[in-house]
Amino acid sequence: MTTLRRSARYGLLVLLALIFLTPLVWMLITSVKTYGEAQKIPPTFVPKPFSTYGYEQILGNTANPVLRWFLNSMLAATLHALLVLATASMAAYALARLRFRGRGVGFALIVGTLFIPPTSLIIPNFVIADRLGWLDTLTVVVVPGAASAFGVFFLRQFFLSIPAELEEAAVLDGANHWQIFSKVLLPLSKPALATLAVLSFLTNWNDFLWPIYVLFSPERLTLPPGLGLLQGAYVTDYPVIMAGAVLASVPVLILFVAAQRHIIQGVSRSGLKG
Amino acid sequence: MADVIEVGAARKDAPPPAGGKGRRGVTERGSRATPYLFLAPYLLLFLTFGLLPILFGVWLSVHQWDLQLPNRPFVGLDNYKDLFDSESAIYGDWWSSVKATAIFTVFSVPLLVVIPLGLALLLNKSFPGRTFFRAVYFAPYVLGVAVIGLLWRFLLDANLGLVNRLLGAVGLPADTPWVTDVPWAWVSLVGVTVWWTSGFNAVIYLAGLQDISPELYEASRMDGANAWQRFRNVTVPGLRPVLLFVLTTTILASANVFGQSFLITQGAPGEETRTVVWRIVDEGLRDNDAGRAAAMSIVFALALTVISLINFRFFRYRED
Repeated sequence: MTTLRRSARYGLLVLLALIFLTPLVWMLITSVKTYGEAQKIPPTFVPKPFSTYGYEQILGNTANPVLRWFLNSMLAATLHALLVLATASMAAYALARLRFRGRGVGFALIVGTLFIPPTSLIIPNFVIADRLGWLDTLTVVVVPGAASAFGVFFLRQFFLSIPAELEEAAVLDGANHWQIFSKVLLPLSKPALATLAVLSFLTNWNDFLWPIYVLFSPERLTLPPGLGLLQGAYVTDYPVIMAGAVLASVPVLILFVAAQRHIIQGVSRSGLKG
Repeated sequence: MADVIEVGAARKDAPPPAGGKGRRGVTERGSRATPYLFLAPYLLLFLTFGLLPILFGVWLSVHQWDLQLPNRPFVGLDNYKDLFDSESAIYGDWWSSVKATAIFTVFSVPLLVVIPLGLALLLNKSFPGRTFFRAVYFAPYVLGVAVIGLLWRFLLDANLGLVNRLLGAVGLPADTPWVTDVPWAWVSLVGVTVWWTSGFNAVIYLAGLQDISPELYEASRMDGANAWQRFRNVTVPGLRPVLLFVLTTTILASANVFGQSFLITQGAPGEETRTVVWRIVDEGLRDNDAGRAAAMSIVFALALTVISLINFRFFRYRED
């Protein structure tokens, strides 16, 4: 009975795993086919021969500079994650550890914006970015998203969970707030900071709606709007389109495998606040 | 915003920038400006791109604000009235997008609440390979909508797509127009979204399940409860706050759907799968009518707020 149940469980688990993974595997397989082979019916599961056609189209492409988009995305997501870490950790320290006028109201205001769908702010944010002269620059995909309240909320909760006694020794040694923050609290918060960094990187790397409207020049694009262009240019030339999709997936899949624990913890903790 | 700039400018006794060492130690402790200095960098971002756009959005919505024209006259509530006036030029497009968003939300939310719960229950016991399967189910979620969109546009291609080929191989119709006709386009959009985001909700449920005390299950088992009764009487009540969170965030996420229909069905057939968010950005940023688009954003945000509040209300009453 129990063996039967166990095999049934594993059977179900494997079936589900196939449903989740097959599309991703198919993306990879198609990216190493020739144009002709990708058009075959029925489709082939093992490409014969393995072809670098899709990737060659992408790498030598001046109309759709995919490598450039890749570098832009890498730079934007990295800078964005650093900006979020720096600004959110300092703000969270003030909100968790310092007393000042307006703290309650300020915190309520910040958390309140968590409930406003960011899509509803896109139009005014576009006009603001335009006034600042940021349209079609790297800045416009790095900075505005860092206003999200999530990082501040997330780190504040984490700081509050750290016992204040740990900082008392530093206080007795005459440390100021900056030293307590940077020398005591931040080192104790490495797991939370790593989680926030990874989540911020992912969000920025994957962002689609904002960059397709605020970036215009082909050489300024990040990968997601670039992939949209690629789809328009290659229509049913699927090896090329899938090669582009693979290129956009590899960094985040590597990051996911390496930082799985952080990502899953970050997501589950964001749920527990509810 | 002026306040923040002043705080930023008055940085005489500011804490040194990251990486630097404190210069004056004790004397800085307790300075009144300290908390504001810690807050200043984030506050500048928050005020400019978090708070200002809310107020500015309201301002835009009561003006005829063409991005290309210098003259932007005040028009009162005209932009709002147009959305509810069947004579106006925008009426048809607007309500068509509302309908599309409603269809998508109504069909995707129940699936995204129930299926991930099933996944979480399956993963909640400890067994070899558990972490692996959890990672596999979560994996699609780390990919962006651009990748998902391109990938499924291909998989659902009526002729060359894997979905129709696999269906054909098991003797089912192999010519379904998944991305070009309704109701298939809806099945596709909902199905892809379930595939893409179920792992995310499952992880949230899992955290909630782990907070339910094993003793409650033990006690229930002692009372002779079967598996279904334990689920009804222990799991569901224990998960109530998490269920509320999942339901609310999923409704918000589904109502904000954009990339899937932009890339997979590309609005087809006609403009039937064009969603509210798509309509808003098109109106504002392609057709340059930022005023009307801002009015749409505000109506949309208010509608979502009302739905969230009803959610909270409903769940709180049920608890009594």
